[in-house]
Amino acid sequence: MESVKPILEFKKTCVSYTKQTMAVKYVSAAIERNTITAIMGPSGCGKSTLLRAVNLMHNLYQNIRVDGEILLNGENILSMEPIDVRRRVGMVFQRPAPFPTMSIYDNVLSGFELNGIKLSKAERDATVERCLRSVALWDEVKDVLNKKGTFLSGGQQQRLCIARALAMKPDVLLMDEPTSALDPIATKHIEELLLELQKEVTILIVTHNMGQAKRISSKSMFMYLGELVEYGDTETMFTNPVDERTKAYLTGKMG
Amino acid sequence: MNDKLYKVILFIAALIVPIVCGGVVYALVTDAYDAFEHFGFFKFLTSSEWSYTEGAEQYGALPFITGTLTTTLLALVFCIPFSLPVALFVGEYFKGTRIAAVLSTVTDLLAGIPSIIYGLWGFYTLRPIIMALNISPQGSGILTASLVLAIMIIPYAASLSAEFIKMVPNDLKEGAYSLGATRAEVIGKVVFPVAGSGIFSSYVLAIGRALGETMTVTMLIGNTNNIPDSITSTGNSMASIIANQFGEADGLRLSSLIAIGLVLFLITAAINMVGKIMIKRARIS
Repeated sequence: MESVKPILEFKKTCVSYTKQTMAVKYVSAAIERNTITAIMGPSGCGKSTLLRAVNLMHNLYQNIRVDGEILLNGENILSMEPIDVRRRVGMVFQRPAPFPTMSIYDNVLSGFELNGIKLSKAERDATVERCLRSVALWDEVKDVLNKKGTFLSGGQQQRLCIARALAMKPDVLLMDEPTSALDPIATKHIEELLLELQKEVTILIVTHNMGQAKRISSKSMFMYLGELVEYGDTETMFTNPVDERTKAYLTGKMG
Repeated sequence: MNDKLYKVILFIAALIVPIVCGGVVYALVTDAYDAFEHFGFFKFLTSSEWSYTEGAEQYGALPFITGTLTTTLLALVFCIPFSLPVALFVGEYFKGTRIAAVLSTVTDLLAGIPSIIYGLWGFYTLRPIIMALNISPQGSGILTASLVLAIMIIPYAASLSAEFIKMVPNDLKEGAYSLGATRAEVIGKVVFPVAGSGIFSSYVLAIGRALGETMTVTMLIGNTNNIPDSITSTGNSMASIIANQFGEADGLRLSSLIAIGLVLFLITAAINMVGKIMIKRARIS
């Protein structure tokens, strides 16, 4: 908690899909380095929309406007090149989607391949092993590295996707409900993994699962109708929420 | 009772299609038999003589097989640089927009133009250009026919490829973007490989169209019954020789024309089958 400068900071961030309606309204929050921050809230509250703003996913679609500022190490992401931002901010999606035409080995290295970065054979081998080890997949797949990524189970595929994101050594890892398509055991694996990973990367995770937020995050955001209602230590939020709406959501009266 | 009658009618109606198809094949085989018997099957396919001097008749299919295959192959080559961009435009860059709908409608319209119109256009517009550019003195030939064929198969290749490009899951594309890929990299390294077998199969089906095209080719290829020595020289295709000579032919010559028809049918059927199997595979994976 000593880190003075936040790694990521939202300043009055707004996202709108149409001129009339805002999906995210004036969100301001500072994210500390090497923490896991959970973003919670009912469906349609704007949590995924906020997350996707951080690596400029909204730039891919017409008519989506992002206003305000999002600072990554003090630099405003919104005025940076999307490609540079995305190399520093990795993302893992709801459904595991390894590239079906690539082997497990190539999937891990796909970030380099897609960016046209050439690595030596030794660098490639080392990167694949490092990344697969850090997602605890190495022992399971080290003998089948040349098989297609889609040959793995759902949980393994999602870990492969996390490895793929980690290979680029991002500062921040965005996760959009990464376990919602997985069974409880695979979910448990991923949660344990994230607790380990926060040593090397700052994680921002959108989750529908309150238990998950409680188990893994140190900070939590609660969003409702596009607003950031409450942001603070996860423990405080769960035991003593400030806002009535947070309380209603966490106790299951709203959801 | 009514239900039973309905079933019988349906059954008979459905049975007519395979019976007709079988009948066509049977007629082709029996009528072609004379030619194959007289010249020998492989000899017929590999001979390039086509002379109907009475008493010394010699018929071989090689010039026409060569003509059909070269025009088709060239048409494919010419068609790719235009159909692939259309497919990408409609299926990826402007997916779901009005401009994509307009473009794909216009492209599909190309498929509705009768081949005689393409033939006329090729004859009166393209042929003079070829002559003016000094590419070939007579204007018609393999190249001219291939260029017009290419335009004719663009809609088939483009609209089917666009479907496969559209089917590439958004999850994969966003996954690639999130790793810092540019749009060109996403297309080159994710969209094309994933849609690859589907795109390939749409070109196989487009080839199937080009192989049997008759009217346009016969108007533009020059109709000389020998093996073309370059792409600018004249030649003849399998469909075109049949169209040109069936009216005046009888006996062995007619049988030889029908034999060419049988070979064309077999090639086209095989190509279409390969294309359909590949499409099935691409859809499943």
